[in-house]
Amino acid sequence: MDTNIPRTTPRKSSLFDDYTLSEIRRAASTGIYDIRGGGAKRTLPHFDDLLFLGASMSRYPLEGYRERCDTNVVLGTRYAEKPIELKIPITIAGMSFGSLSAQAKEALGRGATIAGTSTTTGDGGMTPEERGQSKTLVYQYLPSRYGMNPDDLRKADAIEIVVGQGAKPGGGGMLLGQKITDRVAEMRTLPKGVDQRSACRHPDWTGPDDLAIKIQELREITAWQKPIYIKIGGARPFYDTALAVKAGADVVVLDGMQGGTAATQEVFIEHVGQPTLACIRPAVDALKELDMHRKVQLIVSGGIRNGADVAKALALGADAVSIGTAALVALGDNDPHWEDDYNKLGTTAGAYDDWHEGRDPAGISTQDSELSKRLDPVLAGRRLANYLGVLTLEAQTLARACGKSHVHNLEPEDMVATTVEAAAMARIPLAGTTWIPGANG
Amino acid sequence: MSVTVNLAETPLRELHAQLHALHEDSNETSWEVLNPRGQHAIAVGLTAPVEVTIRGHAGYYCAGMNQNATVVVDGHVGWGVAENMMSGLVRVKGNASQAAGATGHGGLLVVEGDAAARCGISMKGIDIVVGGDVGHMSAFMGQAGTMIVCGNAGEALGDSLYEAKLFVRGSVDGLGADCVEKEMEEAHVTHVAELLERAQINADAASFRRYGSARKLYNFNVDHADAY
Repeated sequence: MDTNIPRTTPRKSSLFDDYTLSEIRRAASTGIYDIRGGGAKRTLPHFDDLLFLGASMSRYPLEGYRERCDTNVVLGTRYAEKPIELKIPITIAGMSFGSLSAQAKEALGRGATIAGTSTTTGDGGMTPEERGQSKTLVYQYLPSRYGMNPDDLRKADAIEIVVGQGAKPGGGGMLLGQKITDRVAEMRTLPKGVDQRSACRHPDWTGPDDLAIKIQELREITAWQKPIYIKIGGARPFYDTALAVKAGADVVVLDGMQGGTAATQEVFIEHVGQPTLACIRPAVDALKELDMHRKVQLIVSGGIRNGADVAKALALGADAVSIGTAALVALGDNDPHWEDDYNKLGTTAGAYDDWHEGRDPAGISTQDSELSKRLDPVLAGRRLANYLGVLTLEAQTLARACGKSHVHNLEPEDMVATTVEAAAMARIPLAGTTWIPGANG
Repeated sequence: MSVTVNLAETPLRELHAQLHALHEDSNETSWEVLNPRGQHAIAVGLTAPVEVTIRGHAGYYCAGMNQNATVVVDGHVGWGVAENMMSGLVRVKGNASQAAGATGHGGLLVVEGDAAARCGISMKGIDIVVGGDVGHMSAFMGQAGTMIVCGNAGEALGDSLYEAKLFVRGSVDGLGADCVEKEMEEAHVTHVAELLERAQINADAASFRRYGSARKLYNFNVDHADAY
């Protein structure tokens, strides 16, 4: 070969990039799909693509540190005799004991309680640690009914019927054998070490008409005291929200595709569902069409990271937001402090998502007793409370700048979009224009 | 002491307020519910060891999440009778619709007639005795407990079964994924006989066949992918 002839630089395919090639090799080697935790990692239109306008000549702002900007929210005002009253519009999403350690569940309860908000159980039932440390606890009612019992139902402050999840609308859960310890197996009535499969449909109802009867049963058992939430994945938000209202929900929880999971197929996480940004307006449309906006509360989740995300979700019509992944990071998930341990697992802090394997160096997504001890639930709870406080302060800052005395007074007209995609999804004008793509059909 | 509640005149919510207020040692141990007229969620969430007899047909979720109580339905029931029952006894003198005993953790459900599809779905410790037939996908993902079917079973019996024990006297239209027939040993005959006696169902325990999990789907294995 004549080395004097210029050669083009080796070029990798953008289609067959390093990640794609590695996945092909992994699949060819193992013969089974990739499973991981977390939510969608691909780039999607999101709240970052929206900007607040702030006050100007046509409206005046509130003084940042002197004038009130309230953040309280009441959930479950439609039918429940005891609605939930929270100090902040940011709740902790459902995450199971089993996928998370008992210490992590306790920390979530502690943090939420300090911050004046609620936390939520998950597949597998309610633990004493969680109930004991959570002033306001929402009890998830899932298709598997693992650990479901009426005593815990009565102990809960609200009930969340899980129909879908943003990371996997239409899919059931899984908890691999490494995490089915004696305690988890006993709570779920499963043999120790099995790869647990959770059903994707509820066992005793199939549609909204049946669900209305199921809700009636739950209300009769709990004397009509507790709010009933219905959680839906971000698939068909207009119709799903409308049907949830028809079925009798007090609260609709809408989880976009950036919402996390403890363990699901990668192909499911990245290729099913709609971005959170695209889900909110159709859900609000459904509520308004039924004259139920603000009567049936809407909680939005899936990729909430900071106070700007909170404020933007509220401005689009949500009553509250819910966080899962961000809450785990606040506890200590993917912390660079454990970088050496992440490296031993073949990954790095910030990218660790093999939560299903139960070897989490941070002691959060594990049932290993030694690893779990690494998480101090008191300290981690305080970190979560601090983080929730910052989210709230940030949302208040933005709301005051828009002249709002309550974060719920934020509205779509307070924002512009920086991309055509976000403008279309959020139905917000593209910055510098009055153009809302698709607004005229 | 016997109490009669007429649902044609008394709201269901009021019936439950009375039943839920009962203490373990209440003297009001016998309740009769008249004119159920297919209402849903009758006698749900009971905790006291009382006996409730429903005179007529009930709708969905009758005796749901029962604890300690005995509920007798002198008629047919809709979906999910005794769903998620924890303990006690529920007896249906007629037929039951789908998902009878779904996710039940304990207690005994007796259906003297037939039970429709998905009887015992995700059962977690409940015992179920059906005097007649059960529909398709019965005991789907059954985790624990025993199901005895004195008649025939529909398609895909015991699909994705964990550790629930299944006994059928008549024909089985087909077994679901990972469900296999197993040898009926003496201990199983004794177990079936005891449950039949508790259920007050007259049948020869030795005439049943036993089905259970092959346990091949307990851990993900690409060689069994066609069964998922």
